[in-house]
Amino acid sequence: MQNSAEIDRLKAVVQQVLDEAKHQGASAAEASVSIDNGLSVSARLGEVETVEFHCDQGLGVTVYFGQQKGSASSNDVSADSLRETVRAACSIARYASPDEYAGLPDAADLATQFPDLDLYHPWTVNAEQAIELAIRCEQAARDFDPAISNSEGASVNSHSGVRVLGNSLGFLQGYQATRHSISCSVLAGSGDNMQRDYWYSVARNQLGLESVEQVGQEAARRTLARMNATSLSTRQCPVLFAPTMAQGLIGALIGAISGGSLYRKASFMLDKLDQVIMPDFVRIHEQPLLKGALGSSSYDAEGVATQTRDIVSAGILRAYVLSSYSARKLGMRTTGNASGVHNLTVDSGALDFTGMLQLMGTGLLVTELLGQGVNRVTGDYSRGASGFWVENGVIQFPVEEITIAGNLTNMLRNIVAIGNDVDLRGNIRTGSILLEKMSIAGQ
Amino acid sequence: MDLLTTVKQHFLAGNGLQTQDIDQVLGNLLNSAVDDADIYFQASHFESWSLEGGIVKEGTHSIESGAGVRVVSGDKTGFAYSDRIELPILLEAANNVKAIVRHGQQHRQRLASASKYPALYPSLDPLKSLADQEKIDLLKRIDQFTRQLDTRVEEVMVSLVSNFEHILIANADGELIADIRPLVRMNVSVIMQSNGRREQGSMGGGSRSDYRYFLEDDRAFAYAREAVRVAQVNLEAEEAPAGSMTVVLGPGWPGILLHEAIGHGLEGDFNRKGTSAFSGLVGQRVASDLCTVVDDGTLAGRRGSLSVDDEGVPTQNTVLIEKGILKGYMQDKMNARLMGVGVTGNGRRESYAHLPMPRMTNTYMLPGNSTHEEIIASVHKGIYAANFGGGQVDITSGKFVFSASEAYLIENGRITRPVKGATLIGNGPDVLTKVSMVGNNMQLDSGVGTCGKDGQSVPVGVGQPTLKIDGLTVGGTHV
Repeated sequence: MQNSAEIDRLKAVVQQVLDEAKHQGASAAEASVSIDNGLSVSARLGEVETVEFHCDQGLGVTVYFGQQKGSASSNDVSADSLRETVRAACSIARYASPDEYAGLPDAADLATQFPDLDLYHPWTVNAEQAIELAIRCEQAARDFDPAISNSEGASVNSHSGVRVLGNSLGFLQGYQATRHSISCSVLAGSGDNMQRDYWYSVARNQLGLESVEQVGQEAARRTLARMNATSLSTRQCPVLFAPTMAQGLIGALIGAISGGSLYRKASFMLDKLDQVIMPDFVRIHEQPLLKGALGSSSYDAEGVATQTRDIVSAGILRAYVLSSYSARKLGMRTTGNASGVHNLTVDSGALDFTGMLQLMGTGLLVTELLGQGVNRVTGDYSRGASGFWVENGVIQFPVEEITIAGNLTNMLRNIVAIGNDVDLRGNIRTGSILLEKMSIAGQ
Repeated sequence: MDLLTTVKQHFLAGNGLQTQDIDQVLGNLLNSAVDDADIYFQASHFESWSLEGGIVKEGTHSIESGAGVRVVSGDKTGFAYSDRIELPILLEAANNVKAIVRHGQQHRQRLASASKYPALYPSLDPLKSLADQEKIDLLKRIDQFTRQLDTRVEEVMVSLVSNFEHILIANADGELIADIRPLVRMNVSVIMQSNGRREQGSMGGGSRSDYRYFLEDDRAFAYAREAVRVAQVNLEAEEAPAGSMTVVLGPGWPGILLHEAIGHGLEGDFNRKGTSAFSGLVGQRVASDLCTVVDDGTLAGRRGSLSVDDEGVPTQNTVLIEKGILKGYMQDKMNARLMGVGVTGNGRRESYAHLPMPRMTNTYMLPGNSTHEEIIASVHKGIYAANFGGGQVDITSGKFVFSASEAYLIENGRITRPVKGATLIGNGPDVLTKVSMVGNNMQLDSGVGTCGKDGQSVPVGVGQPTLKIDGLTVGGTHV
């Protein structure tokens, strides 16, 4: 249920900003206002550790003087600040060089349908109740096994926000959304044989969260599984990316087919449109209108309608991920991705996680990656990893202090299977992904 | 007008507040049995200009201000903040955060101005240090210069960023402490293409001063030359080897090794909680006796430096490791109190909307006796990693990574061929025990570091001389 009075109040502010921009001589403008309120509490070793009350507001404006563009933002939405912020944006626009591709989106691309996406479910939890939940969550982790030796604590967060976007083409829309989460991180062991892992649950509706006990127990289970990890010898072998890690792999592909990387020629996916980039069983598509999902939105950061569409099908790259600007630079049409992808979904195969392990047979299961070693220009990939060594489909022992390396162009082509063990906690929805072979560096 | 008066005027007079109003909010906070409390006022002015495709096609400007109200009792913290600096709002925040502490009465003092500490950077507004047209002209000059350096340059991106912050801290000891913090950064990135192969190169720098920093000593042009040189090297790079081998790290930014491998693990909060691989190791050997590592927030004008930290404590030069022995941790007020040790001026926060915690400033290793050439010549087979991108650490297991962006094979004591960037992985508590040679060429980085912890970003510096490590895992593809 949306609170229309609050949205209307912010719509009036956005309209004021647009009017002010026009008054100061801008030929076109776009403005957004957002307010976020939240509560975060954490508990450690059975007692409250922090209580934080969040209240953030923001105003952003982009103005155009013909083909010249300037942007400004402020966290003060008072009338004086509105004028000052618009003035700052106008001042930049006057100095910026004319850019033939700059400007608002084409009016025909703006969203006109605004279905209720079920994103707003306030949680009436107060600080005391949230502390109680966090304590229970951490307790579940510490009670799980006597080997749990220490804790970084558990936290409970609840955030509620309103955002309104408008532009001088007449677009003026807003919506409210909530986001709640529970997380827990615990340790096992001591001295130089110590491990830590965590688990979390996140949802628009608190009823969609895992129970605090589930979150705590999973954190404990994951920590214990890492105990007595060793390195591997240097080798080549199959690698299974657990679902959370597979999200990053698909994310690297999306980064490379995003307009900004393409028009800067900073992508290993240049000129790959309509070509085979993955095996023929792979389909990757956007589902922006899923009810209650974390990545749902009927329009993007420019007000352009989002699209239910295929990006990869039958292994062929069918479309890029574009904003109005990057689309114009490439001589194409925006795909409604000025704020990224929306519930990007990798279709699952038939196998669950156990089945994926069996399919791999002998190889490395990766459950954590460290560092940013992905080169978007060349596709070269080299990251720190930890996980488990698997033989005949059965986990043998935990491993750490190794790297996995390859080149994304080959890695994507050499996907063997995609599991149905989908992780729904992010904007990229995928199961585990099995790659035929990567280079492992270790002892 | 002195700095404190200027800053007080900015936050108080500018918002219709008096010193006694701050006193009232603090009084409200300290009206319970608390160990510490503070109000942190911050105003920041930010701008960025960026050039690509040969034109300065956009700039952004941002103004943010607000106040954070914090109360600490034992190891418990209550925190609220607002972007509106108004008495009723601050009082309400104080009431909310107090809920975390038990009732009681705290002895307190009236507000007074702070003790003296030296300013490590000028109170200059970097946004105003060049006219907007001059900023644009600088970006364009660098773009044209870069394109002339090599015909294979396909795309040039140049950015110029500055931030100007006013900070006022009212603490439980009745002190009012002010700081004015300028920060500038410039970056040049290129994409080069040769025979269908594309590579990038990038170089930047910055300091706590103003834009004129980039005009001095030819710095802006030097960034351009360096970005092109790195891309040229990478165009020739072959597959990197995989496995454990001798690694020589170049001077300067490769000091990110110290930041990731040991720095985070020596932050007080993790050690108080016993969650760091370095917990309980003070007095023990964690590095070879060639290694002395400090965290020094007092270097004038450096990106990681602060005259006072975000709790109002003057920064200092803290010895972390002396000749291989772990000497101590980096602390904020809460963790120092709970561990029964002194503060070190490492209490930092991203903004008024974030809680302070122990963070690094400029972390570097002191020089040794070997020359760079001697170190390279001593390696039969290994890798010379001249420069790096970012890194990450798991402070509990001690495992850390950092990714080389420019690397070479060393064969028979000579640098031979460039190899592709690769991630290096090691174990923090023992990687420095494998340091067998330390160069006499200590260098600080050029002023580009940003450190992330618990979702908070702060500017930092690193540095080191050339180092030789006997055995580090190199994550190449060539098995």
